[in-house]
Formats: sequence, C-alpha cells, structure tokens
Amino acid sequence: MQDVVLNQITKTYNKGAVRAVDEVSFSVDKGELFGLIGPDGAGKTSIFRMLTTLLLADSGMATVNGLDVVKDYKQIRSRVGYMPGKFSLYQDLSVEENLSFFATLFNTSIAENYDLIKPIYVQIEPFKNRRAGKLSGGMKQKLALCCALIHRPNVLFLDEPTTGVDAVSRKEFWEMLAGLKQQGITILVSTPYMDEATLCERIALIQSGKILSIDRPEAIINQYPETLYAIKAAHMSKLLHDLRSNPQVKSCFAFGEYHHVSFQRSDTNQEVQLLKYLQELQHVGLEIKQIQASIEDCFIRLMNKEHAGSRH
Amino acid sequence: MKQLLIFVRKEFYHVFRDRKTLLLLFGLPIVQIVLFGFALTNEIKNSKIVICDYSKDVASQQIIRQIEASNNFEIEKAIWSQSQIESAFEEGNIKMVVVFPANFNNDLQHLHHAQIQVIADASDPNTATSLTNYVSAIIRDYQQEIIGRTSMPLQIIPETRMLYNPTLAGATNFVPGVMALVLMLVSVLMTSVSIVREKEMGTMEVLLVSPINPFLVIISKAVPYLVLSLINLAVILVLSVYLLGMPINGSITLLVAESTLLIFTALSLGLLISTSTNSQEGAMLISLMAMLLPTMMFTGFMFPLENMPMPLQIFANVLPSKWYYIIVKSIMIKGLGFAAIWKETLILFGMTLFLLQVSFRKFKIRLA
Repeated sequence: MQDVVLNQITKTYNKGAVRAVDEVSFSVDKGELFGLIGPDGAGKTSIFRMLTTLLLADSGMATVNGLDVVKDYKQIRSRVGYMPGKFSLYQDLSVEENLSFFATLFNTSIAENYDLIKPIYVQIEPFKNRRAGKLSGGMKQKLALCCALIHRPNVLFLDEPTTGVDAVSRKEFWEMLAGLKQQGITILVSTPYMDEATLCERIALIQSGKILSIDRPEAIINQYPETLYAIKAAHMSKLLHDLRSNPQVKSCFAFGEYHHVSFQRSDTNQEVQLLKYLQELQHVGLEIKQIQASIEDCFIRLMNKEHAGSRH
Repeated sequence: MKQLLIFVRKEFYHVFRDRKTLLLLFGLPIVQIVLFGFALTNEIKNSKIVICDYSKDVASQQIIRQIEASNNFEIEKAIWSQSQIESAFEEGNIKMVVVFPANFNNDLQHLHHAQIQVIADASDPNTATSLTNYVSAIIRDYQQEIIGRTSMPLQIIPETRMLYNPTLAGATNFVPGVMALVLMLVSVLMTSVSIVREKEMGTMEVLLVSPINPFLVIISKAVPYLVLSLINLAVILVLSVYLLGMPINGSITLLVAESTLLIFTALSLGLLISTSTNSQEGAMLISLMAMLLPTMMFTGFMFPLENMPMPLQIFANVLPSKWYYIIVKSIMIKGLGFAAIWKETLILFGMTLFLLQVSFRKFKIRLA
C-alpha cells in the first residue's frame, strides 16, 4: 500500500512566472523511509507544503494516507506529523510546555505516547524546563521531532531536519529516523546533503522542480555508467582548466579536495595517458585514484544531462 | 474545550514572559492619565487674570481681597470695556476676567441678589474650568459668610462665560479619550501583532497541520488581551476617580459593559489587520497609522470635532473610538443610562459584527 502518492503535481508562483514544482510524480510505500534530495530552491518545501495541505497545487493530484490533499485536508491534518524546515516551536515556552501543548492540540497526552518519543525525549529531558529558544540546534530538532510525533502520526513529513545542525547531531538524527521506521511510521524526509541520501530506503533526486531519478540509493549509484576517478594536484584551479581542455576527458567537476573525472573511453590506458599529459603541463603533487561514484556524482551527471536535454 | 484552555494558557505565557511589552501595556495608561491629568491641567499657576471693578464698594473689595489671597494668579486691576477685554483675550495675555458691575453691594443689600461676570478663555478648556471653578468657590464662600453674619437670604450669582469654546469640549473629558486610546492600543495592536507573530515564527504552519480549528487559535489569542484591557480599564478608572477627582455619575456596570463591547470591536479589528499582513512590522504600522493616529485626532478629545471640516467629521464616523467616547462621556460625566446611548452601542455592535465577518472570510486555512 502506498501512503503518499503524487500524480503530475505542478506548483507555480508569481502567476506562473516561477515553476517551483513541475509535473512531479512519485509515491512512498507504507512504512518506507523516503528521501527527497536536492539543493535549495529545488522545490522540496513546496512539495511538502502541498502534501501537508498547506498549499494548493496548480494541477495534478496527491493523496496522503489514502486521502485527497484538497478534499480531505482536515482528516490529513490530524493524521500526519509535520516538521517544517524552519524551527517552528514556541521559543518562549519551555521544552515540556511545548511538548504538552502539541500533545493537547492533537487530543492526546505526553504519557499516552511516551513510548514512541522516549528514545528521543530522554536526550532532551534533562533540559525540560529550559526555554526552547535557548536550546542548541541539535536539541531544537529533537524537540521538534518529539512534537511532530507526539500524536503517533501515520505519516511523518520532515522538511530539511538536519539543515544547520552539527555533524554529530545529524548522525544521531538519522539513527532516530531508523528507529521510527521500525515503529511502522512512513517517513518522507528532504535534505540538501547528498551524503545523507544513502541513509534512506529510496530517494528522489530533484532539481528545479523536476525529478531527475527515483530509486534505491545503491541502484542509482550502480547506474552510474562511467568509471570515475578522483584527481588532485598542487594547483587545483589550473588543474580543472587543463582537465576540461583535454579531449580525453568526458566530464570533470570540482568535488571537495579532489576533481572528479570520467573519460570518453573506458580502457585502463586512459589514467596513464592523463597523468603524462598533466606532467607535461608542469603539474606537481599529482594524485589519481579510481573511486566509486557517490550520490552527488550521480546528481551532477543527471543534472547536466537534464540541462543539455532542455537546451536541445 | 481542553484545547482552548491550553491555548489560552499558552497565550498568557507569551504575554507574561515578554516583560518589556507587559511593562509597556500597564505603564501606558498610568503615564497617559498622569500626563493628561497633570501636565496639561496644572497651568492655573501663574495665570494672569484681570479684575474690572465698576462698583468699588465694600462687598467687591472683600471678594477681590480673597481672590488676591490666593497665590495661583497674577492679578491686575483695571477698568476695561468689553472690546478691550476681547482684544486682551485675543492677544493671549490673560486667561480670565472677573467683572463686578456697578452698584454691586447696593444690589446685594437691597435686592438680595447680585451678579458677577466671569469670562474665561476656553480655548484651553482645562485651565478655563479650573480658573472659573476656583473663583466661583471664593464667591460661594463669601456668600456663605455674609448669610451667616446677617442671616439674610443673599445670593451672588457668578455669570460664567466661556469664550471661544463654550461647550468646553475636551475639558475633564480627556479621561474617556484616554480610555478609548488605551483600549484600542492594547486590543488592536497587541492582537494583530501576536497573531502575525505566529505566522512570522512559522508556528502557524505547524498549527494549521493539526486538527485544531483555526478560529480557536484566534479566540484564544483574544482572551489574554481582553483580560489585560479590562485591568487597564480598572487602572484608568481608579486613577481618574482618586487622583484626578473625575466623577463616575452613571452606572459603572454599564460603563464596563460598554468598554467590553469596544474591546471586542478592537479585537476584531486587530484580527482583520492580522489577516491582511504577514510581518509584525506591517501589523504594527497598520495598527499605528490606521488606528492610533485617527483615534487621537478624530475622537474629539484632543481637537473638537465640531471645528473640523465636514469631510473629516464624516470620516470620524467610521472610528469606533468616536462612538465609545460619546458613550463614556454620557455615562461618566452626564450620568445618563442606556436609553441615551443605545444608538451608539448599536453602531459599535454593528461594526464588531462587520469586522468579524470580514476577517473570518479573509482568514486562510492554508498558507499563502
């Protein structure tokens, strides 16, 4: 059974001038941890708001938990948990006050669903009398997650829950999501961090309101057609320029401390030839290694393909 | 019901934890009452008055000596004609003229009643009232004194004339004005800002994705400000009665009921403003520009409405505070009952219903 279904959803802003979401279709199975991966401005938040009945789509239809997002919006609102991208709790209320407020809002109590939030809440419980505004970023997110979970929702919508949170808290947060999945809650999560994609069961890569690819993260990585090399040298910007002007190279882009390169042809000789070419151009400190493609590599390849496609 | 209660409790937390705003809300009426009450009425000190004694007999001399005994005035004695008096007022040199007609003592002794003319410059109504009250009191004392001495039913009638502003609009009437102002400020401004804050902070987004009825959010917002406004009302009334000696001639229950009606009008206006804007600054600006300024200018307590051009007088009719001001004056000063103010009450009631309907229609159950 599918808990979230989008069918040809389009959303425009400024009277159609901006196409934020462009005929997007995907579905999330019951109990699945589904990731919506894309950079800022890709349309993730718009999709979340349409699914949580906060915005109306221009065209297309969507259901959540089997209910139509337009017609049955009232029922959906009591069945889903929603954590917006921006911290949206009362900063001047304490941790406990926030939690009990949201519990009452959904006609329940902290005690009733304590077992569900316990693994998360115990981490912030020592600070339960502290004002929410005075919590650290990671703790704020944990509190927001508790508040979104307190009524035991069927579907959980988390819009960029790890943005602006430190690396340790991000890791913890994903562990919590894995725990919630065990409880059978369908989770739709968005993130601009590509490295988090592999923590989802299935992902949709999204860019400029269009879905680039939907699959399991491993499958997306395995579909990467070329062998990928990471290369670095003393002068990275000159290196990038030289690599791009080499006819041997098919694609090349900066990626952290390395440049990622793929070749036009796939024989093993390519690597040696490239090194020779670069040494002739006075590059020092050269290092090249074959690597496994990451989600980000896949994303960039798909994005360039899409871009080229739309130009022709 | 439980949801409403916890909502209202949450709103009280917001109000009480924002110390600065709270201080402002309670400090404001006190400051305004004291400011209007003292800074603007205590000018009788050093006021220049002129005494024209056409009679120059025992009685007039005695009264003049008693007026002189007070240190409140600078007194000048002169025999002025009517036109001289008027030009002196126009130049703004003097605040009051006391005229003893010829044969003052004679009239008093033989006719058993005499008149004293008291003319005050009422363009500054507060000062004019204070001055004429003061002189009237001295004359009354003198009358009592000779009645006691001679046991004859003598009568001295002070003929008071208020020049330039005969109805004394605005005299002790600033209290109703301040009441209107403070209730409007607290209710309109605070309600609109506090609802818009939910939008700005993103909490409205979370509230909307919950089974709660959005109207419950609005109603619970209104409760703390209703309570705050009523406390403010009590503070203003206590201050004006005990500090300023302002009377409450009519029914206090009626006064509170009418004030509650105005608070509801203001709350619904605040609600309307909050549905039309998305930022706290915007809400504040609209509240101040669209509400407070017109309330100050066109309610009638600062500038008499009668002296304004017709278009402005017509415009004043859309302000709830204008009608409330009439209501409060009727109850507090004239001591009238509901029968005298049902029309104004009905207008306020109609405004409230209209504002509520428009804002409920404009209220969004989704974002944007």
